[in-house]
Amino acid sequence: MRFSANSVWVSKDEYDVAVIGAGHAGCEAALAAARLGFRTIMFTVSVDSVALMPCNPNIGGSSKGHLVRELDALGGEMGKVIDRTFIQSKMLNKSKGPAVHSLRAQADKARYSRTMRQVLENQENLEIKQAEVVNILTEENKVTGVQILSGAIFSCRAVILCTGTYLRARCIYGEVSNNTGPNGLQAANHLTDCLKELGIKMYRFKTGTPARIDKNSVDFDKMEEQFGDERVIPFSFTTNPDDVQIDQVSCWLTYTNPATHDIIRRNIDRSPLFSGMIEGTGPRYCPSIEDKVVKFADKDRHQVFIEPEGLETNEMYIGGMSSSLPEDVQYAMYRTVPGLEHVKIVRNAYAIEYDCIDARQLKPSLEFRNIEGLFSGGQFNGSSGYEEAAAQGLIAGINAARKLQGREAVILDRSEAYIGVLIDDLVTKESHEPYRMMTSRAEYRLLLRQDNADQRLSKIGYEIGLVSEERYQRLIKKEELIQNEVERLKSTNVGTTEKVKKLLESYKSTPLTSGASLAELIRRPELSYRSLDEIDVDRPEFPDDLREEVMDQVEISIKYEGYINRQRKQVEQFKKLESKKIPEDIDYDKVKSLRIEAVQKLKEYRPVSIGQASRISGVSPADISVLLVYLTM
Amino acid sequence: MRDGATIAAISTAVSSAGIGIVRMSGPEAFFIADRIYRSKGDKKLSEQRSHTIHYGYIMDQEVTVDEVLVMLMRGPHSYTGEDTVEINCHGGVYVVKRILEILIENGARPAEPGEFTKRAFLNGRLDLSQAEAVGDLIAAQNQYALQSSVSQLKGSIKNEINDIRNKIIYHTAFIETALDDPEHISVDGYGEELRGVVEKMSARIGRLLESFNNGRLMKEGIRTVILGRPNAGKSSLMNILLGEDRAIVTDIAGTTRDVLEEHLNLSGISLNIMDTAGIRETKDIVERIGVDRAKEQAQQADLILYVIDSSKDLDENDREIFRLIQGKKAIILLNKSDLSMKVTKEIVRKAYVSLNVVSDINLSKNEGNIANSNKSDNNENGKNAFILPIIEVSARSLRGIDELEDNLKKMFFAGNLSFNNEIYITNVRHKNELSGALEALERVKESIDAGMPEDFYSIDLMDAYEKLGNITGETMGEDLVNEIFSKFCMGK
Repeated sequence: MRFSANSVWVSKDEYDVAVIGAGHAGCEAALAAARLGFRTIMFTVSVDSVALMPCNPNIGGSSKGHLVRELDALGGEMGKVIDRTFIQSKMLNKSKGPAVHSLRAQADKARYSRTMRQVLENQENLEIKQAEVVNILTEENKVTGVQILSGAIFSCRAVILCTGTYLRARCIYGEVSNNTGPNGLQAANHLTDCLKELGIKMYRFKTGTPARIDKNSVDFDKMEEQFGDERVIPFSFTTNPDDVQIDQVSCWLTYTNPATHDIIRRNIDRSPLFSGMIEGTGPRYCPSIEDKVVKFADKDRHQVFIEPEGLETNEMYIGGMSSSLPEDVQYAMYRTVPGLEHVKIVRNAYAIEYDCIDARQLKPSLEFRNIEGLFSGGQFNGSSGYEEAAAQGLIAGINAARKLQGREAVILDRSEAYIGVLIDDLVTKESHEPYRMMTSRAEYRLLLRQDNADQRLSKIGYEIGLVSEERYQRLIKKEELIQNEVERLKSTNVGTTEKVKKLLESYKSTPLTSGASLAELIRRPELSYRSLDEIDVDRPEFPDDLREEVMDQVEISIKYEGYINRQRKQVEQFKKLESKKIPEDIDYDKVKSLRIEAVQKLKEYRPVSIGQASRISGVSPADISVLLVYLTM
Repeated sequence: MRDGATIAAISTAVSSAGIGIVRMSGPEAFFIADRIYRSKGDKKLSEQRSHTIHYGYIMDQEVTVDEVLVMLMRGPHSYTGEDTVEINCHGGVYVVKRILEILIENGARPAEPGEFTKRAFLNGRLDLSQAEAVGDLIAAQNQYALQSSVSQLKGSIKNEINDIRNKIIYHTAFIETALDDPEHISVDGYGEELRGVVEKMSARIGRLLESFNNGRLMKEGIRTVILGRPNAGKSSLMNILLGEDRAIVTDIAGTTRDVLEEHLNLSGISLNIMDTAGIRETKDIVERIGVDRAKEQAQQADLILYVIDSSKDLDENDREIFRLIQGKKAIILLNKSDLSMKVTKEIVRKAYVSLNVVSDINLSKNEGNIANSNKSDNNENGKNAFILPIIEVSARSLRGIDELEDNLKKMFFAGNLSFNNEIYITNVRHKNELSGALEALERVKESIDAGMPEDFYSIDLMDAYEKLGNITGETMGEDLVNEIFSKFCMGK
């Protein structure tokens, strides 16, 4: 965008970091940079929409809950804010192994947004500004500042792009198309041109959201009530569990039926997705109801969850029925669902299209490979979900700060964190849809549990400077207690006493014929660490604030030791290749006997390690061997 | 590079030659050797000095496999720079292969192509000029291994493996969908159903392993390709050799349009014999694909049987075939010798030499490799000597077929025809992966029986999936995620 000379005004205030966007990625990025001591300015098209949740009213869920816990262990904010603003909480997959337990909380959207905004406003070094950024200013491929719509220029040394779904956003339902961002908010229509001029390759993705309805028009008698957990576990390792035992609100379950599907089928030609009006690529994991009906034609019903959007509103979210069908069809189809016969729609369901990037242009630090000081995070990078966005925002914020500190970037690998898997996938694999975290994407998920996120990452958070000394010391103490207890259980034997016999009997466990260690007993499926309390006379007393956590960790590390050790071995192999770094200035044309396809791919991605190179499709094991030999020469 | 494992491979051509060498390198080489070696004094190889040779026996449990000489070299004073054991055994296909298998069973893993050289390089045992060639070597050998690994696998076996893989990924995807979307999909009690499925898959893999042991898994044998112009009588010859009407024979040129492949045992020599489409310029697309395949097969062949219709003059297409058999071991057959012969041995020789002026060098290089079994066909023409055996045959009267068989035997027993090393190596490798897959499925069963939660099943299911994929040359990539989305309805 061009301005006449007299409209350009250069702010005298100098900044280190400019964050563009105040969604979940932007908030974490700005907080991280400011907390690490850098003067940070955050731009948003609307200050009222800071940390907005434009889609589902929850934080967490399968594998996303892992992300939030990891983010918290590194010193991020999302976990703390949701602990203060949730209205229902559940640990999902509780009957499954510990690796797939995952927290999911219903949020009071308005309170979440307000609370996060307060945290930002009270953060030292951080300034919030309502303005649309239209230009990223660079000199010799190095970031120097940003320019906003008014023409004003703010100079800075690093920029973090967290534009979410706002770039050239377009909302669509039926034949109606509006050039706005989510919730009718103003789109950012100028920045894309500037990014393209900087040589950045853009994609266009699509996602969607269901309608919001008026609680008073819903007949809950026809639905199944869904309660939260009796004992709530907080997201943040810093939250006192006693503080989250609140009165929870319920969600409601109902189903679509053949009548619903019939209406959808008869009007499918009016869907902008099927008529070709939507050009963006949508996600397969979050299909609209019309997608589900077409693709899974044999199913005669789909689940629908009615979830509150907050305590101070009557709006409710219709989980499972996102759509871009015309308004009249939306009314008709929602009203076939039991309990929604007389439903009043407050906000229509819609699909939204937006510009994002091919994230393979980024280094694993989330800095653009060809523009120094330009970082990006969140939906702009082609992901989807609040949690995925927040995790990237945090890493981008940390690495922008570390760049300015002249320190090495923080890169988590696939064996350390879901965040590592997320970013590695984004910057390594070609994606044709918004990327969602899933537990099946994590190869070493037995090690990457939500319960041990602090043990995995808080040391890193401490070294970065986002985790306090107190918290760090608590972790050290916790690890020590766990280790000592595991060793004690392995070396403590119990005999065939009457007491032991009785206890085993009461759990229908096979009686002992000779002595066994307590650890061996814990490994039996019907027994647990806690259930052996009676026969474990030397069991130590743990400090109150650590007791439950330590006991959980002891139990898991003994019960699943065999599996865990197997994954550790795999990780060792993985680390070997990961630790073999490829010099940034390598000239692949000079590597003899690499196949042409491999040379092209390697040039395009410029992997940082042999490990990353081996995950690029089109690079064969033979190419990796050749590369290894070349690097040794 | 996969790991610091101990690797093993057959380092001589697998043939009926006198001596075979199986080589093993890596930290556990001596340890593994101890487990399979017996000598009179019951000495332990791991306690012997470096660079010594020991006489003894290779044992398969309590059964003696062969009488051998074992050479020991301790790292770093070996080719690879690691502890290395070389087992010199009696040659012969079975023994050499069996010894390699025993090493694998005792903890070595099959070497990847070029891996000995790569290790030598990485351990600093090669100088820079040698090292530069290592990359080429690895690249070339890998290409070859990949080709043979997949192409040697019988179609039916490949289908079977793919089918098992599809089942594995389907069930894993179901579990994973439920884990990722627990409120929509329940996987409770799935273990019982899965156990039955795993049971069946294990049985199928078990049968594959069995057929491996019986040598039915791979298309083993000397890759013998029948080439010639259309209607030269290639299919008739194939049928005669097989003793059955396998190929469709008509008078119409261009009847055979694809490669037909059959296994043949000729006086104990294993031939993998392929009938091909006649080589000619053609505008018919289907036929042209057949011709291209024939050429491809010719390139990979260990032996070519070039059939000439002696009742017709040589033409441009023969020139093409002469080019194809350059540098190859071949036998030229003058078919239809019961009719009036327009093409004689002399004409073929002259034509071949005159057509190949450009590649004299190739041709003369070729001489050394080819059996001197047919001295009568030798031309005195110095370095352009033409020594390919030429035999007059008649597919109709069976004339010359005995002579062809004699020639084949002579070439084989003189050590001039050998099996493709790689077949055996990949064969062992495949067996290794099959066993690995079977073990992984066993672990799934154990997890189910131990009442482990469902998410533990997928770890080993995917392990089995990956191992089977290593056989068919397919990687995992995004398979699981794609399967989840395509087969199961998930999401908000």
